[in-house]
Amino acid sequence: MEYIILIITAIFVNNIVLAQFLGICPFLGVSKKVDTAGWMGMAVLFVMLIATLVTYPIYYGILVPYNLQFMQTIVYILVIAALVQTVEIILKKSMPALYSALGVFLPLITTNCTILGVAINVINFEYNLAQSTVYATATALGFTLAMVLFAGIREQTAITKTPKGMEGTPIALLTAGLLAMAFMGFSGVDKGLSAALGL
Amino acid sequence: MSKLGIIINGIVKENPTFVLLLGMCPTLGTTSSALNGMSMGLATMAVLICANFVISCVKNLIPDKVHIPCYIVIIAGFVTIVQLLIKAYAPAVDEKLGLFIPLIVVNCIVLGRAESFAAKNGPLDSACDGIGIGIGFTLALTLLGLCRELLGAGTAFNMPVYPEQFGALTFVLAPGAFITLAYLSALFNKFIKK
Repeated sequence: MEYIILIITAIFVNNIVLAQFLGICPFLGVSKKVDTAGWMGMAVLFVMLIATLVTYPIYYGILVPYNLQFMQTIVYILVIAALVQTVEIILKKSMPALYSALGVFLPLITTNCTILGVAINVINFEYNLAQSTVYATATALGFTLAMVLFAGIREQTAITKTPKGMEGTPIALLTAGLLAMAFMGFSGVDKGLSAALGL
Repeated sequence: MSKLGIIINGIVKENPTFVLLLGMCPTLGTTSSALNGMSMGLATMAVLICANFVISCVKNLIPDKVHIPCYIVIIAGFVTIVQLLIKAYAPAVDEKLGLFIPLIVVNCIVLGRAESFAAKNGPLDSACDGIGIGIGFTLALTLLGLCRELLGAGTAFNMPVYPEQFGALTFVLAPGAFITLAYLSALFNKFIKK
């Protein structure tokens, strides 16, 4: 039950893009077509899950025992960068089909703040390993959902007439604002749900 | 280009927020008030100046193949320094900005400037570029924060301008960030970019 609330909170209530403002660059950059947006979301899901599972033991196994918590940022970004490279090489060799679908997005993901953000968040929220795994998966699904919805709307706005000054980024940002407003409708759902379930 | 020219270039012609559209996450995430936006801008500026200067100094020593990881380590080092300083001397700011301070590492402005400016120019010019881009970023964040604070809570830099109940709370919350930035960049497009 606890996990269901965690999942719903991460996907809808605290959506990583529309409520926490992480991963805005790919959100604005790779959202012109629905299928590209979906693949980008899958690539993020893949890397985010692995990154969280790798950084979590590093934090509690190496950084905490030696009192090196302040090195978190440096260690994490290096681990994530190395990880993305490794994943890229392995995928290229063993799963060429998956690589050709995700390949172009992988280098972009190193500088995607959602990955580092989630890896730091699970430490800040003091989640255990199971909770961290669920949280990372749900957050990535929330990212994918936001990307796909946004791309769908953008495909429509691309063929409509917009005022000259609003073309391009401004209209995209405005769309994102309206989408964020729609997601605000979910606020409080997590608390209501945990009250209804008696947690 | 003169040092002053480089600085002004960073503020207007290559304004990171309105023209280059880089570093959108902190731009939207930390501008719920003018002061928050300004402190985020200043923290980023400190990292930008130091990282640009050091990268420009050591650019010839780094092999081309591994230059990006090296740059990231240098940037992450300065981010950690800034993070520890803020935690020690301004704990209130640390609480407000939270996750966005360590995330300066993955802010594309910093790596972007290292790659496109510091890797090609001398240390002093690079530091000036850091100052210019940093001021441009800080101004944009402060302006965005000011608009949101004014429309949402009726205050400017925490000073009341009109009674709070007339403000539209949406502007302080998430949707307001997107909407305010949309209109500001539309205005920037119309009057300054051309």
